[in-house]
Amino acid sequence: MEKNGNKNNNSHQEQKEVIIEKDSVGIVKKQNFTFAEPPNEMILESGEKLGPITLAYETYGVLNKDKSNAILILHALSGGSHAAGYYSEEDTKGEKKKTGWWDIMIGPGKAIDTNKYFVICSNVLGSCYGSTGPSSINPKTGKPYGLDFPVVTISDMVKAQKYLLDYLGIEKLVTVIGGSMGGMQAIEWTLQFPDIPQSAIVIASCAAQTAQEIAFDAIGRNSIISDPDWENGNYFNKNKKLKGLAIARMIGHVTYLSEEGMEKKFGRKLQYDKKYSYKIKPKFENEPADLSEMEKQFDREFAVESYLSHQGKKFVDRFDANSYLYLTKAMDYFDVAAKYGGGSLVNAFKRVKAEYLLISFSSDWLYSAMESKEIVRALRLNNKDVSYIEIKSRHGHDAFLLEKKSVTENKILSQAIKNFLSYIKP
Amino acid sequence: MAKDIKLKSTFEEIIKIIEENSRVLDLGCGDGELLHQLMEKKNIYGLGIEINTDEVLKCIKKGVSVIQEDIDEGLDEYHNESYDYVILSETLQTVKRPDYVLNQIVRIGKKAIVSFPNYAHISTRFQIMFLGKTPKTKILPYDWYNTPNIHLLSIKDFKEFCKKNNIKILKEIYFTTNGKKFFTFGFENLLAEEAVFVIQKKELTLF
Repeated sequence: MEKNGNKNNNSHQEQKEVIIEKDSVGIVKKQNFTFAEPPNEMILESGEKLGPITLAYETYGVLNKDKSNAILILHALSGGSHAAGYYSEEDTKGEKKKTGWWDIMIGPGKAIDTNKYFVICSNVLGSCYGSTGPSSINPKTGKPYGLDFPVVTISDMVKAQKYLLDYLGIEKLVTVIGGSMGGMQAIEWTLQFPDIPQSAIVIASCAAQTAQEIAFDAIGRNSIISDPDWENGNYFNKNKKLKGLAIARMIGHVTYLSEEGMEKKFGRKLQYDKKYSYKIKPKFENEPADLSEMEKQFDREFAVESYLSHQGKKFVDRFDANSYLYLTKAMDYFDVAAKYGGGSLVNAFKRVKAEYLLISFSSDWLYSAMESKEIVRALRLNNKDVSYIEIKSRHGHDAFLLEKKSVTENKILSQAIKNFLSYIKP
Repeated sequence: MAKDIKLKSTFEEIIKIIEENSRVLDLGCGDGELLHQLMEKKNIYGLGIEINTDEVLKCIKKGVSVIQEDIDEGLDEYHNESYDYVILSETLQTVKRPDYVLNQIVRIGKKAIVSFPNYAHISTRFQIMFLGKTPKTKILPYDWYNTPNIHLLSIKDFKEFCKKNNIKILKEIYFTTNGKKFFTFGFENLLAEEAVFVIQKKELTLF
């Protein structure tokens, strides 16, 4: 890796080379699986029916003969099926290579070793990266579902993934692993299908969203639905950039960071000028010429403001506002104790057969260590095998998806996953 | 090295004491070696608690269930007599609140096993007497300013504590400097460098 890194920095010419690292899964392809064709629609937790459903998914590594070496990766709110590798040679070029979102953990010899395991990652039901969601075409109308899309839950996402496993002929999983919303799905897997995953790795997640988490989701949703361009969910094909979604992302982003992390990254720095403008809508002489129209509409005087407006803009370019509404709703409805334990988390975890590894980050105030520890406690009181690590970090909730391989968080995370999996025998 | 020999012999004793299929909670379990051996030899259901990340990772590698937390804080969460044994091996002298921890382990465990280095051993007494400095030995190799051993105690101290706190001593085992078990003829506080106790909460008898 390091060698390649150096190469990249050496000359412009070499940057254009196709460099696929030895520990990369290489060029991968997104695949589709469609099921629940009417009249055999999938029954959702709400009681509504949905079908047909398509799941976009990717696989890395080779499924062994007895199909016992599969691992299911579960992505977070804004993720997709592209967990590792590159989609094209083009993606391997340049300074910022376009890898899957968890490429540092998945590959030959990596924590989730594709020499050993067959790794599957699918885009969740309700999302916008190839799986059926509110931006998909409703076969009944020929138009995108929009708000006609039924509300889906974490439980529905997992149920849909089970259809995919059945299709692939997989009856056992070595582990189900994910962070944040991915962690919720991992937990749900061990409860809805206790016989399938042998283990679960739950990172920076919870057994139910707290009032604070619901509150932040609500602000995000309110921001979207009060954007006049949202048009009650029917903004499709109008090429409109929803400011409401950008602001929702800004709020989200703040909750993913920590006070210390933000202080270190931005402090009180101003983005363009050395002095305050003393204006509510200042004009910046030094702003880049190619700054997007959307960013121009947001406050950008402080560096942190500029960062947020950039994050907001980037998100609008890649994510669907309705999916944001549906997926945050799914997280808000997630409540393991209520669904499986009559209000008691300890009762809920009685049915668990999987061995658990829980990981939290010290500065994560969105999905705090306390929330992971409640799960640890519930499992422990049921005599389940459970391990728990609290990783020191100043990166808040974001700590589970840091891009740099060399940061301590990733080293510990990767070692923990590797060590844990080495003990789970496929 | 000397520390390893000592640990090995105390481990052996602890493994002998614990019955097959017991539920064992090891506080300050380090790299999980004791629990691992107990799992292999006595088929126990074990859980370790450890604060150090590197040690926690080693436990996980061995397949030893481990929770990263501070035993000075989290023990209230554990139910009464929810384990057959709670082990506190070479950890008592490092905790902030030994009184809290000791009272907790006899509550959580039907029995508890405590091992610690005896601070009143003849070698440490000599060092204080003749060198006038905080003693350093093979099992207590630190300087006064960087030692994790913030609550060093003697065998006598421990027995006194048990008496005051209604804790029954079921078994006591003493080791010499080279990790040999020996009979002390009542001079354990002077001659034993290492002690292992099996303790239990005294039933309150009502008159």
